[in-house]
Formats: sequence, structure tokens, C-alpha cells
Amino acid sequence: MRRKHNWPLEITGIVLALIWLSPFYIMIVNSLKTKKEMFTNVLSLPEAFNFDNYVEAYEQLDFLKTLFNSVLITVVSVGLIIIFSSMAAYALSRNKSKMSTFLFFIFVAAMLIPFQSVMIPLITVFGKFEMLNRAGLIFMYIGFGCSLSIFLYHGTLKSISQSLDEAATIDGANKWQIFWHIIFPMLKPISITVGILNTIWIWNDYLLPSLVINQEGMQTLPLKMFFFFGEYTKQWHLALAGLTLAIIPVIIGYFFAQKQIIKGVAEGAVK
Amino acid sequence: MRTRSFSYWLFLTPVLVSLFLVVLVPLALGVFYSFTDWNGIQTTAFVGFQNYIGIFQEKEFMDALWFTVKFSIVSIILINVIGLVLALIVTSKIKSNNILRTIFFMPNLIGGLILGFIWQFIFTKAFDAVGVALGYEGLQGWLSTTNTGFWGLVILMSWQMAGYIMIIYISYLEGVPEELTEAAEIDGASYFQKLRAIIFPLVAPAFTVSMFLTLSNTFKLYDQNLSLTAGGPYNSTQMVAMEIFQTAFKESDMAYASAKAVIFFLIVASISLTQVYINKKREVEL
Repeated sequence: MRRKHNWPLEITGIVLALIWLSPFYIMIVNSLKTKKEMFTNVLSLPEAFNFDNYVEAYEQLDFLKTLFNSVLITVVSVGLIIIFSSMAAYALSRNKSKMSTFLFFIFVAAMLIPFQSVMIPLITVFGKFEMLNRAGLIFMYIGFGCSLSIFLYHGTLKSISQSLDEAATIDGANKWQIFWHIIFPMLKPISITVGILNTIWIWNDYLLPSLVINQEGMQTLPLKMFFFFGEYTKQWHLALAGLTLAIIPVIIGYFFAQKQIIKGVAEGAVK
Repeated sequence: MRTRSFSYWLFLTPVLVSLFLVVLVPLALGVFYSFTDWNGIQTTAFVGFQNYIGIFQEKEFMDALWFTVKFSIVSIILINVIGLVLALIVTSKIKSNNILRTIFFMPNLIGGLILGFIWQFIFTKAFDAVGVALGYEGLQGWLSTTNTGFWGLVILMSWQMAGYIMIIYISYLEGVPEELTEAAEIDGASYFQKLRAIIFPLVAPAFTVSMFLTLSNTFKLYDQNLSLTAGGPYNSTQMVAMEIFQTAFKESDMAYASAKAVIFFLIVASISLTQVYINKKREVEL
């Protein structure tokens, strides 16, 4: 039985979607106005499309460099999380000892620890060893990102038959070769999920970089945005142009990978 | 892979070292420091539970805790209701369902700090403009009082997270067998009867997952709190995560902040565990 098209729901959905998008509309139209024009009308379209605010915000944010910093930190951290977490989950799932059970429990339990509870000693200790820099930040992301990642990999690895490992062992492969040539390629779908989930939080993370990266020229987008915003609190036209600029890379990424992103988030949340 | 083998430890070492140094050691140190008079550089004495006693008598921390609890309860309810409604809309037979999913989910990809700044503009400028145009005072002066700050945070979080929770409800709704709903339709069940008798019981597990996520997200909220209200006016919209940060890095009271961090950990861990336990038990009965 085919149900007929549900118009009332369709319209409700579209109205809600417009409401959902309205903050972005308000942000974009006002980012194109002059300071004076914004005072007269916040809600209307700008009189003329004026990109001066963007030019100024682009320069003040040192946009390309900041974007590069964000990309660098995110790509390296997420890459290492994928490599190290899948290796660890493989070892834990293929070895059914008390030690493995214990270590798996530790990794999962670590998910209950809020960042604020480790933040203070973390920053003081890493500060003593002069590790408050990019390398230190990436190292921290591995520590904070590995729990959920190992948990997700572990769930998938349980369903990959051990007879594959055994056959490869008979053919003379060692663990390292078995993992990288046979198992890791089979983990591709879950690696994409792990990659997406970690990219979302690392890309957007503000608090950790704000505590770790204090060198000028190394700030990531959220960090730079915070300082930029502080400087232009009273100049909303510039601040909004900066905010729009900071969002554009995300929207482009979402446009190309929306299916994988939504699927990845669903898998990560439901498992 | 034998536990004693070289490859077993080779595969585990990178994550073990980072988890140990980044999470476990700092947590242990934090607990240790919370019983001392640590100032960030050195420790001169053990003070026992003195820091902890101080915290429970401190109005600022208790206010932040109470504000966080209120905010979490209201947000969990709203986010789950809106998320479920959105999920029901996009899983029904409508043409725009894919684009709607994409739109509702979008705010989750943008960092909380940036979202907070955008909404700061909307609440303070756009709301104000609409308020003036309509001659309605309730829309003016948002974020300048505790009450509007509270609802500002709730609106921001609901707008952001409902799309995330929607995704979770969708995956459960798509698991509802069509024969069941069709059979009910043939028997003449109305839309709401179908919802109540078939759909709600079958998506109950989704509530467990989404409640866990909303609770931990709202309780640990920092970025949105910082960029939307910065805790103001007069620290009245300051949540626990922010309060700990202020004590540690603005007031430089490290031992005291460590004790707050330990309390925060105990609260977060215990509510997460109890909540999962209760919801799991409830599910079995269904």
C-alpha cells in the first residue's frame, strides 16, 4: 500500500528548515553591510553587496595561515588516531587475556572523564617539559581521541573472522604484515567513521588549543576567532564577516561529504 | 597474539603512552593536589578535605552547579522532543527529506565557540530590532539578565543539538518494521495511535543513547557558554566547566580548582553511569 504524499508535513519541514537556517541568513546579510547600515536595519538585505568587511576580516584573521594551522593539526591528529587506535583495537580483540579485558576497560572508562578534570595538571606538567606546542597538542588529541576510536574499532574487529589471520600466518606473514595488508583495508568503513567523528571535534576544539598553543602565527581557526572577536566586539560588521569566513571551509566539506558525515555520526552514536 | 609477545605491546604502546600521560596521570595528580595547597608550582602542605569543605560553602560554585543542573534538565527535554519531531518529519514520505536532514544537522559541524558568537549577535541585535519593530519589550535586552541568558543558552543548544539527536532517532525509526505500521493503518489506527502504540516503544532505546549524549554535552558545556554570555551578567550564567577554568587560570587557585575538578568528575561519572543503568533496566521491561 503506497501512502499518499504528506503535504502538511512537507510544509512543516520546510518552515522548520528555514527557521534553522535563519541564523546563517542574519549572519551573512549583516556581514555585507556597513556599520552604519546595520544600525538602521538588521533584518533586511544589504543595500549594496559590500565585500570590504571580508577583505578586512581576511587580513585580520591571517586567514590562509590560520586555515593551514587548523588543517595541519586536524589531519595529523586524526591520521595518527586512526593508525594507533586501529592497531590497539586489533591487539586487544585478537588476544583474549585478562590483560586485554583490563586495558579495554581502562580505555572505555576514560570516556567518563571530563576534560576539566585533567586540564589543570595536564597543562602544568606539559608546561614543565616545554611541550605546550603543536607536537604536544597532537599528542594530547591522541590521548583524548583514542577511547571512542578503540571502542568503535573493537566492535568491528570482533566480526572479522580470525581464520584470515591464521591463513596469513601459515603463509608466513607476521602480525605487522597481517594487520596492514589484510585487516586494516577491511576496516575502511569504520576508519571513515572514526575519522569523521574525530575531525568534527578536533577541528572545532577551542579550549585545548587555547591552553596549549600560545605562539602567534600558530593559532587554529577557533582560537584566532576568539581573539579576533575580542578585538572587534563593537564592530559587528567585521566580526560577522570573520565568522562567515571561518564557517565556509566547513560548509564546503559538508557539501562534498554529507552522506558519509551523517552516516558516520549515526554509527558513532548508536554503537 | 600472546599477551607476552613483542607485537602485542608494540601495537598498544602509542595509545597507552598517550592515554597514560594525557588522561590518567593528570587525573591522579589532580586528585592528589586537591588535598594540598598546591599553587601550580609547589606544594607546602597537606590540607586534607579543607578545599572540599570550602567548595560546598562557596556560593559561586554552588550557583554554577545549580545553573548547570537546571540548564541540563531543560535542554535534555527540549532537545529530545525537537529531535524526535524532526526525525518523524524527515522519515515520513516527503520529497525534501534528504535536504532537510542536511540542514537540521548542519550546526553540529560548526564549533560551539563560533555558534555562540553568531547567536550573541542574534539575541542582542536581531532580537532587539524585531522587538523594537513590534513594540514588544520581551525581545529587547537579551543576554543582559540571568533569565534571558539562561534561555539564550537553551535556544542555542537546542538549535545545535536537535539535529544530532534527530540522526539517532532516525536510525531507530528506520528499524521499525513497515508491516507493523501498515497493519495498524489497515486496522484504522490514527497517526497518534500508531505513534503511541508502535513507534514510541520501538524507539525507546534511542532515548537512552540520546539522553546520555545530551546530558554529557550540556553538563560539560564550555565553548558556547564562553562565547554567548561569557558567564555574565555578574557570573550568573556561569556553568561548572567555566567556573573551574576561572578558578584555575584567572584566580590561579590551583589546589582549590583541582578539588572542584575532582567533584566535577565524580558528578559526571556518576550521573552517566546511573542514567545508563536506569535506562537499560527500563528498556528490558518494555
